[in-house]
Parts: sequence; structure tokens; C-alpha cells
Amino acid sequence: MGMRKVAVIGAGMTKFVRRALETPKELSWEAAKMALDSCELTMDDVDGVCFGTAPDAFDGVHMNGEYCSDGAGAWNKPFMRCFVGGGTGVFVPIQGWYHVASGLFDVVLVVAEEKMSSYYPHAQAAFLTIFDHTTERPLKPNLLWIFALEMNRYMTTYGIRKEDIARVSVQHKRNAANHPCALLGEANITVEDVLNSEVLAWPVQRFDVSPVSDGAVALVLAAEHVAKRLTDKPVWIEGVGWHLDTAYWTNRDLAYPRYVEYAAKMAYDMAGIKEPRKEIHIAEPYDPFDYKALHHLEGLQLAERGKAIELYLSGAAAPDGDLPICPSGGLLGVGNPIAAAGLMKVAELFWQLRSEAGARQVPGQPRRGLAQAWGDLMQVGTVIVMGR
Amino acid sequence: MTSRINHFPGTSLNEQDFADGKVLFVHDALKAEYAWDTGIAIGTYLAGLKRGVILGAHCRHCRKTVVPPRTVCEWCFRPMSEYIPLQDTGTVNTFSLCYVTWDVRRIKEPEIPAVITLDGASQLGPASLFMGGIMHKLGEVNPEQVHIGMRVKAVWKPEKEREGAITDILYFKPLPKEEA
Amino acid sequence: MTLLERDREAPSAWKGSLPVTSRYTYGLAGERFFRALKDEGKILASYCPKCDHTYVPAVNFCERCLSELTEWQDAGLVGVLHTYTLLFVDFEGQPLDEPELIGFISFGDGGIIHKLDANPDELEIGMPMKAVLKPQKERSGSILDIRCFQPVNK
Repeated sequence: MGMRKVAVIGAGMTKFVRRALETPKELSWEAAKMALDSCELTMDDVDGVCFGTAPDAFDGVHMNGEYCSDGAGAWNKPFMRCFVGGGTGVFVPIQGWYHVASGLFDVVLVVAEEKMSSYYPHAQAAFLTIFDHTTERPLKPNLLWIFALEMNRYMTTYGIRKEDIARVSVQHKRNAANHPCALLGEANITVEDVLNSEVLAWPVQRFDVSPVSDGAVALVLAAEHVAKRLTDKPVWIEGVGWHLDTAYWTNRDLAYPRYVEYAAKMAYDMAGIKEPRKEIHIAEPYDPFDYKALHHLEGLQLAERGKAIELYLSGAAAPDGDLPICPSGGLLGVGNPIAAAGLMKVAELFWQLRSEAGARQVPGQPRRGLAQAWGDLMQVGTVIVMGR
Repeated sequence: MTSRINHFPGTSLNEQDFADGKVLFVHDALKAEYAWDTGIAIGTYLAGLKRGVILGAHCRHCRKTVVPPRTVCEWCFRPMSEYIPLQDTGTVNTFSLCYVTWDVRRIKEPEIPAVITLDGASQLGPASLFMGGIMHKLGEVNPEQVHIGMRVKAVWKPEKEREGAITDILYFKPLPKEEA
Repeated sequence: MTLLERDREAPSAWKGSLPVTSRYTYGLAGERFFRALKDEGKILASYCPKCDHTYVPAVNFCERCLSELTEWQDAGLVGVLHTYTLLFVDFEGQPLDEPELIGFISFGDGGIIHKLDANPDELEIGMPMKAVLKPQKERSGSILDIRCFQPVNK
């Protein structure tokens, strides 16, 4: 298709914390600066900037992209903010990718930021605004409803037990214990801890959910000729995909994320992947809730419908298994500053594929990884496949 | 890179830091008040609710009946063909027992949100990726007895109190066995 | 009734609001800038030697090169009137009892938007303007610790 090869050559991130002192601009700057320093570039080398952040209500700043633009390095550059809800964190590197793949720019800085603690007293109340104002919001819905409804439908359709789903949360939070930026890494958490946690909206309990957090992540993307000059370990973006299902969420089959399937197929086609379960060595599916990791693994064709849990029960999903899942610790463990959390997954692939993930490094020198996010009113899938 | 980096930025605060005045902060509220036009399809839907009828919209090309009604079919992108009154009975497609309000207050008796597939709307099946459901709440039911597949019926506000709103339906309650 | 015909019984609008309430921290630079204003009555600037650019209010990084800014300076309380406007309506478009003067006072390469205490006829773009601070015990670490700006010769 006449597209240029695009590599990730640098990454940076802040700690994910419950309440950050830093402003959204400052968080953006900390991550952006770290990403540039990591590949020894300066703003003079950057041709354009892509920025991602979720609904403005969290940071409490209208036009949050414009507000954070100084910290993201956008001064005097072509700049664009993208927004597809929770899918933003994986969409923003896709946006960066097409800026470079198209031949428009050689080097693009990609930044994602969220400061959810600015919503006070509790960020969750902001989610009321995602429901339809006339036909749904008068019922005073809670964000948890939508997840609890989907989780119940998923569990019931395939006969999956809650104590098995809790294994996902346990695995991810344990993985996060080795992440220096993690908010909720717990090396010793057990299934009982999850099952004994507060019931919020059955079947969703406290430890089934990722925490509200603040943080930022940044990547540097470069065209092939630049990447090869700057690093001997480029990580190539081999495939990207995104897809939408109906925004009338009660008109959908909640047990299966078809939008993720279509997004994944788009990315696999581009990457030349025929058998994802064999050709993907490490996966970072979006996991704001534990069942969501399973739901998405099925949409990603990494497990048959209703069977993703077997990856966890068999040990395949563990860091030393044959398909490590969320070795970063995921949103459940590292934290969920929405757009930043999605980009954190892409940064994790970058570090893992370069064998630079420290204590989290999975064995066997993985060659290819996948990250996925999902969002808007549960109908957007965004997928990126990267390899070395 | 994480193995080559020792220090990660990001300064964590706790609530006590705010209470103790260790950090400067300011409270504000977005003044965002709206009158959203109901438009054609949702306006008709709300007028129907006021009369005690749940309206769907039918697309002749796709042979689908959707709810809430809309003017355009998302699948074929043609105008919808007509409004169709649906039954006020349906089947619980999924539900939750929710112990937290929208603004994160804890409650003892759970609210029971549910997606309800309405009789007369298109059903999810092997041949259809589509399901004609709406979100609402369940009532007059023991939370422990709610299950997916349960047959339910709308409980309406008295006619005089209806205002043309989704809350004109108070909740859905289980249908007696003989009617289910 | 056709599908596109409006039902006469239909409510024309549904009223509501977005419940967005926020608590903003001042951040790394804001802590330093606003504590200096509150405790010492100073307006601080930060300087980027690489870009030769002075930021007021002070920030902790340079948006041009993303370097951390470590050279902080007292910008003084006197800036230059860069532009101003006389407001006759409030933010909801309602007439004000008294017209209100708002100006952009430049300091370094940046500046501050604030209220002006002046006779509009006396104002000239380019004239020096001085910050009038609240007494120290009334200051809380807010941009309103500056009450207004006045012409220096007032």
C-alpha cells in the first residue's frame, strides 16, 4: 500500500498514582521528556505531536488537549488530540503511526495523559455523562452498571465462574508488583482476597476493578531510515486496527466484543498474521475489569469464545507461560489513568520486545506482541501489533 | 527502558495532605446546563411513554425493529420505515445488583439495573447480531431470585403523573408464572 | 403518521446538566509560584537559558525545548499594559451595573490577565502597571491575592 515502516524508538512514563501533585501539563511533560531522553532526541528532532486524553470531565479542563499541549511538546508543531474514550491510549500511537507511515513526518512524539483525581469527590460520577441524556441518564445510572451487566451476560452465556475470573485480577496485580510505576501491585494477593472484597455491583467486586489514577505515558515514533540510525533495537509497528459497533449498547450482544474482533482482524491482516494464538507471543488486552481481559482475548482470537479463562487456569497467561498476558500488570495492577493506561500497554510491549522490562521481563525473547484498548460507550476496539 | 531507568516522576498525595494544607488547591464546578432537543424519534418515543406505550422503529430493508426508535437505520443507512408499538413485557438479558449510587454513595438495598429485551423488538439470535433491548431497573422482586431469561413487565406511573420520560416506567417487575 | 413527522405531544427538550465538580492541585510550578505570591508578595518568573525565554507565571519546564527550568527570578510587581478591554456584560451576557476593565499585563515573555483599577480614558497601551496585592494575612495562594493592576503613576 506504499506505507513506510514505523518503529517505536523511545518510551517514558510517570508513576501511576491515586492523586498526583503534578498538573496534567506537568505529567505530560514528565513522560514526554523521559521518552525523548530515552532515545537521545530533542524537540528539534520532532516533526509532529499526537496527544490522547479521555473525557474532559476528568481533568476538569475543556479542550484538555490544548491545555496540555505545552507539556506534550506541541509548541510550534503540527498537533492533534485524539479521543475515542477508553480506546484512546491505543489509538493515539495508531494516529502517530499513520502520520509517519504516510510519509508526512519522520519523527512523531505520542503522549497520553489523564488526571482523574481532579474530578472531586469521585471520578466515577463523571461517567454519568456518557449515558444518553434523555433515555438513560434520568435512571441515574452508574458506570458500574454497564460493566456489571456485561460481565453477568458474559459469565452466564459461557458458564464461567466468578472464582475463575478472579484469577485474572490476581495474575495482573501480582505482575504489577514488579512494575516501578504501579499503583496496585500486590505480590501476595489471592483469589480469596478478590472474592472477599466489597461487592459494588454484583458480579463486580472491588478487586475486579482497576483503580482511578493519575499519570502520563509517551512514545517516540520514527520512520525506518531514522529509526535505524538512532537505535539497533527498533520495535516495529506491524499492524494497526480499529473498529466500532453500535453506540446503542443495549442493542448489542454483550457476551462477545465483535468490534475487537474486527479491529484485530484489520491489524492481523496488515501484520500478515494468520494464526494469532501461535504468532503473538505476548498480549496486553485491555483490562479495566478482570472479565474484560477474557472478553477481549476472545475478540482478539487468542482464545475461543468462553475459553479465555483456560489461559489463566493452565498457566499459559503467566509471565513464564506460552502467552504471557498483561506482564505489565495491566490496568488492574499498574492503574487506570484512562488514555495513559492504554499507552502504558504499548510501552510495555516496547520494553518487553527489547528485553528491557527488568523484573517483569518474560523469558524466551518474545518477537511479537499485541496491545488492545476499548472504549467510548463500550463499542470501540483499538489494536496494535508490534514486533522486533 | 524500565530496566535502565531508576527514577520515575510523579508525586503521590493523600487526602491528609489536602486537609493539612500541605498542597495548594482550588475547587470549581463546571456550569454546564442544557436543554437537549428531543428530536423527532426520541420526541416520539417520549410522547409514547406518556401514553403508556413503548415505541420502536422498524427498518423494512433490514427487517429489524429497534428501540429506542431512531430516524436512520445504522445498518443500511436508509431512513427507518415506521414506528411500531412494542409490548411492555420482555426478557431480562442481563442484570446487576448495585450497591453504589452514581455518585458513589453506598446503599444497603441494591438497585437492580437490567437490559431488557422487549417483546416485539428484534431478538438476538444466531442469525442476528442485534438485540432490541433497553436499560431500565427491576423492582418488586427479591434480588436473589433475579435471573437472566426472567420474564418481566413494565410498571407504569399513574397516567396523570407521566411527563414523557423514561422514568414514566417506574421499573419492570416479574411476570406471574402463568403469563410468563 | 410518517416516521419523520413530529408528534405534537412530544416534549421539545429534555433538561439536564453535566455534574462536573473538580479539585485542582496547583502542581510543581504552581506550588512555588503561588506560595511566593502568598508569603512574600512576589510574582515569580522562570527563565530558559537555552531558548532565552522568560515565563510569567513561572512554569517548571520550557514548552519550546522541554528542559526543566531551574532559574527562577523575581519578576517584580510592575509590568506593561499589553492590551485591555472594557466589559459591559457579564459572562452570561447580562449587562453589568458598572463596566469592568480587564487587561493583559506583560511580564518577561508572558504576562497576567487581571482586573484594572483605572480611568479608561487614562489607559495607554505600553504604560507601566503595578500589581496591587491584598494584605498578607488575607492572601490564600490564589491569583486573587493580586487585587488588581493600577497605572504606576496613580
